[in-house]
Amino acid sequence: MYDKTVRRRRAVLGLLVVCSLILLTAYFGEGASGALHGVQRGTSEVLNPVQEGASRALKPVRDLFGWFGDTIEAKGEVDDLRRERDRLRTQIAREEGATVENEQLRKMVELNGALGLRDYAPKTGQVIFQSPTVWYATIRVDKGSDDGVRKGHPVINEEALIGRVTEVFGGAAQVTLLTDTTSKVSVRVGKRAAFGLIQPASAGNPTDLVVKFVPPGTPLNVGDLVVTRGTVSETSRLQSPYPQGLPIGKVTRIDNEGTDTQEIHVKPYADMRSLDFVQILTRPQGPDG
Amino acid sequence: MIGLTPQLLARLIGLGVGGVVVQTAAVSQVPVAGANADLTPLLVMAVGLLCGSLAGGCFGFGVGLFVDDVSLQTLGVSSLVLLAVGYAAGRLREARDPEGTFVPLAAGAGATLIFALGFALVHFLLGVDAPVSWALVRQTLATLILNTLLALPVYALVHRWLQPSLPDDPRRRRRRAYTTGGLSPLSRS
Repeated sequence: MYDKTVRRRRAVLGLLVVCSLILLTAYFGEGASGALHGVQRGTSEVLNPVQEGASRALKPVRDLFGWFGDTIEAKGEVDDLRRERDRLRTQIAREEGATVENEQLRKMVELNGALGLRDYAPKTGQVIFQSPTVWYATIRVDKGSDDGVRKGHPVINEEALIGRVTEVFGGAAQVTLLTDTTSKVSVRVGKRAAFGLIQPASAGNPTDLVVKFVPPGTPLNVGDLVVTRGTVSETSRLQSPYPQGLPIGKVTRIDNEGTDTQEIHVKPYADMRSLDFVQILTRPQGPDG
Repeated sequence: MIGLTPQLLARLIGLGVGGVVVQTAAVSQVPVAGANADLTPLLVMAVGLLCGSLAGGCFGFGVGLFVDDVSLQTLGVSSLVLLAVGYAAGRLREARDPEGTFVPLAAGAGATLIFALGFALVHFLLGVDAPVSWALVRQTLATLILNTLLALPVYALVHRWLQPSLPDDPRRRRRRAYTTGGLSPLSRS
């Protein structure tokens, strides 16, 4: 009897391990339109309303815990913010004149308002799901194809670009964040034409991105802004999915400066760990797109 | 080993689905000290400790599959790792039958550690297109601490949820055997 029980237990265990390995191999081997991906999309389609309801029902609980966390973090940030404030005061005083001049120039070249979000038809959505592991930086929002959302649409929060839509359902969309290991975005660093590719500095680190492939010798400084490059091409296939000039973060340090392997570390403006409301730019090419 | 009755199966399915929905809709969205608690290994550990290795392993496989499915992650990764977690917790109960109040706490820490290391190992084997930093280690440690703190209440909740369907609690059975005589080594002497 005991032997039989042990044999049965081991047989079930072996069977489940084999099932997992088969699933893993099959999933890894098939394309995005494969059967297993289809099953996943189907399940998500069915469960999205449940998750949306659960997310709304549990929001007070999240807010309560979030308040505790924010209070603790805010105390730690006070000194940093005071230093930042002093630096910005000096900077504002210095650049007041330049701002006036810049405003006039912007009007002259009719760029004023070119980056206004209305042109990109933003859809505001609430985060209803966040990946439970640090190995996948994905969220799901309650706006989908019914709202005009398509794969590849850029997603921002109130501070900066946070990622792009990688899967769309009827009433929801999966967003892969900039901090996901599969994410890469073409960017411009600083005021000069320093272009590169931004990606996560390491897996599971939501506060450190790295810009690579910036030509050595390009003058760069800590504190430089990093924004989307937003390339435009004659061929629509090669256009960047991101509009030009969306803020991403600022340079915090430069490793191996001036060499071919230089890496520009960037702290994203958006806190990818606590996203609540986001906007999906459903017309990323602007009014002419 | 506990027989899988329809009532117990229904409760396990409810626990798995409810646990994953709460995890993805709420717990994953509340960062504490830069990390999130992960209820899934704790649920699987609790089921393993309460129901044994077979039920623990099956529950781990099912919950893992569900997590991978709804998260659009690589299918099979979580199920493989959580299967090991559930089986290990079940074997702990079957081989040692630990009785201490803080056993779920230690088992929760162990389950989270196995899950984190197993998940990392599978991803290394599959190939991650980014280096792994100390930030990941820090986050894993923070999750480990959070989960250890949550292990006792999660175990208590799971115990409460499954208790009506569990055929017999081994501890209750042992205590009953001792008090009614016959099986206790003290009564023989």
